Amino acid sequence: MSGRRVVITGIEVIAPGGVGRENFWNLLSNGRTATRGITFFDPAPFRSRVAAEADFDPYEHGLTPQEVRRLDRAAQFAVVASRGAVADSGLDIPSLDPHRVGVTVGSAVGATMGLDQEYRVVSDGGRLDTVDHTYAVPHLYDYMVPSSFAAEVAWAVGAEGPSTVVSTGCTSGIDSVGYAVELVREGSADVVIAGSSDAPISPITMACFDAIKATTPRHDEPECASRPFDKTRNGFVLGEGTAFFVLEELDSARKRGAHIYAEIAGYATRSNAYHMTGLRPDGVEMAEAIDLALGEARLNPQSIDYINAHGSGTKQNDRHETAAFKRSLGDHAYRTPVSSIKSMVGHSLGAIGSIEIAASALAMEYDVVPPTANLHTPDPECDLDYVPLVARDQLIDAVLTVGSGFGGFQSAMVLATPERSLV
Amino acid sequence: MTASVVVTGLGVVSPNGMGVKDYWAATLGGKHGIGRITRFDPTGYPARLAGQIEDFDAEELLPSRLLPQTDRVTRLALVAADWALADAGADPAHLPEFDMGVITASAAGGFEFGQGELQALWSQGSQYVSAYQSFAWFYAVNSGQISIRNGMKGPSGVVVSEGAGGLDAVAQARRQIRRGTPLIVTGGVDASICPWGWVAQLACGRLTTSDEPDHAYLPFDRDANGYVPGEGGAILIAEDADAARARGVRPYGEVAGYGATIDPRPGSGREPNLAKAIETALADADVNAADIDVVFADGAGDPAGDLAEARAVSTVFGDRGVPVTVPKTMTGRLYSGGAPLDLAAAFLALRDGVIPPTVHIDPCADYPLDLVLGEPRPAELRTALVLARGAGGFNSAMVVRAA
Repeated sequence: MSGRRVVITGIEVIAPGGVGRENFWNLLSNGRTATRGITFFDPAPFRSRVAAEADFDPYEHGLTPQEVRRLDRAAQFAVVASRGAVADSGLDIPSLDPHRVGVTVGSAVGATMGLDQEYRVVSDGGRLDTVDHTYAVPHLYDYMVPSSFAAEVAWAVGAEGPSTVVSTGCTSGIDSVGYAVELVREGSADVVIAGSSDAPISPITMACFDAIKATTPRHDEPECASRPFDKTRNGFVLGEGTAFFVLEELDSARKRGAHIYAEIAGYATRSNAYHMTGLRPDGVEMAEAIDLALGEARLNPQSIDYINAHGSGTKQNDRHETAAFKRSLGDHAYRTPVSSIKSMVGHSLGAIGSIEIAASALAMEYDVVPPTANLHTPDPECDLDYVPLVARDQLIDAVLTVGSGFGGFQSAMVLATPERSLV
Repeated sequence: MTASVVVTGLGVVSPNGMGVKDYWAATLGGKHGIGRITRFDPTGYPARLAGQIEDFDAEELLPSRLLPQTDRVTRLALVAADWALADAGADPAHLPEFDMGVITASAAGGFEFGQGELQALWSQGSQYVSAYQSFAWFYAVNSGQISIRNGMKGPSGVVVSEGAGGLDAVAQARRQIRRGTPLIVTGGVDASICPWGWVAQLACGRLTTSDEPDHAYLPFDRDANGYVPGEGGAILIAEDADAARARGVRPYGEVAGYGATIDPRPGSGREPNLAKAIETALADADVNAADIDVVFADGAGDPAGDLAEARAVSTVFGDRGVPVTVPKTMTGRLYSGGAPLDLAAAFLALRDGVIPPTVHIDPCADYPLDLVLGEPRPAELRTALVLARGAGGFNSAMVVRAA
């Protein structure tokens, strides 16, 4: 280990319920929900008809007409948020060696919205087996291969260092930031613009989650549909959005007098090697990732002040991660507030991990634990303190955030104040 | 902490040969795997050639329960991983499960599977979409399925950087080995030769419209006018050198250096960054340009891309300063599978002391490159450089060294 430590000096979020980190934090700290009946298309044929949609106008955020045509919605989110994170950090990228500035973008399903719409056209509504290339949009290839997102972000911010997309399903948002942290630690970059973006609210995504009953059919009360850790939970609510960060080496961030939100002190990912969508209830692999992340952060489990849970609101997930928290933190798991912001902003697949890192950093910034909305009926299998309904004022110096995804991936990240004492 | 990372196993699925033995014999023999598309009728499309894998029997090689839930790309990747593990003499059932991870590159995921489900959605209705669509098409599918099939609970990962991704995956595997995981299955395989995948690839505007398989994909040729896409790639077993030694395995060689950059925004007036990636990889490997015995070029196959690469290579190595070869002229460009296949070729070249040839091209004299043409060239080889670029400006470079 080279001794280089990595901190967050800029944050931007686009999430359901509000564009921008202030609107995002207001939603969370007030325990409001942004889930609603789907408006992007007619949801009538679907089992699940709720989603957490972002009200986002690309022109309002400075994208040009050609950018709007070229970029899938998820790429639009990424470009706007990466610029916002750089602005928040006060970092003047043109004054740096651009080869020392990298980009890492997480996304689970890339330009799935664009692909769905374009397939419908080139196949003429599914009628043509031999689809018609003359109806394809010129940027269809960039929809197919989502590394285009990383190129767009690099162009938007002026980065020319190591750049890639990390696509590990629903842990992409943690893993992309973890990848970026390693680039800075090993010295391959001094700054990385890292985050993730997904905009999956599209008929093909709704249909595939309908088929495995992963999403909730609770459309009578869409604003209460996402119910992590509640006994009545019956699936997640699909969301969309993005969060981006400026990650820098600690000493140079201090030297330029940057505002430091948090250090990314530890990160690990492990696999359950069990099932593409299923989870064993014991949480062993997630616990392994948590233990490794804590070890890298040189923190005891007792140092964790808040757990930002994956909390998707499926029966199996919430049980699985509750077991993992107990396995890693022991009795301290019962004393630590745990909450799921997916109760408010839904589950935006590859983006949510970064959005949850943003929530964790802002929780440290404001010393407030965001609540788990819609949690009215405790589940005996989920017996921790999930901060129901109302945010809680509390000093927060260290946060654990976790993710779990299709493919069996389990990731954990520890954010901490850089001034902490190291064990 | 810079533990030495070695490659101990190769699993090759290539249009010109399945398995290391057949691939290498074909590659040294100049046998290519490019032809008119047979998977569907390409008559109405402006490009009709591809590097297709013709002799792949998934039913024979994989359990039948995996077939309905996997795209062709995942079947190829699972088989390549099986072969690579066997080549490395590594039996996952007898290694600690958290000591093995899977980090692959992907460009298009299970795109053909996605085509089928999109068709079901739009022609029949949402209730006809398969339960497997939720994971069979996404970019993480190969890493997930390889980890499950082999009981690997260590770090997993997936990178997407179009054609450069294969090297980025191997570099990420090296990082995780240095962080303490002894063995990582890595590399990449792509396959999307289906009408929907073909229309998406056509949209990139760089596919050749030639109908002559031996005069189509022509990197560094005056007639270069686009590339032939292909399917396949390679899976590699990367290991901590000490762990491999403890297992009593003789590695192919070491992953000695890596560098990556992205080009500036088009129209910015700034220089492209491939040379910078090469210099970073050389420094990382602690070697000089003079130590590189052969370069496996990316070989875009279009004049602008070829010129940029020729300039980068001559900037670092001088005019005709190092032998350069493009064995992918025999397979077409395999997206994230291309660079891992070139890494396999580089390790085999180091082993056998022979540079595989570039076929079909009549080099353009404007490029000051020492291209290895037509026939394999015997040479004393100790260190090789593999270059890979991705649409959007991704540049990656990797130095590999003989064991």
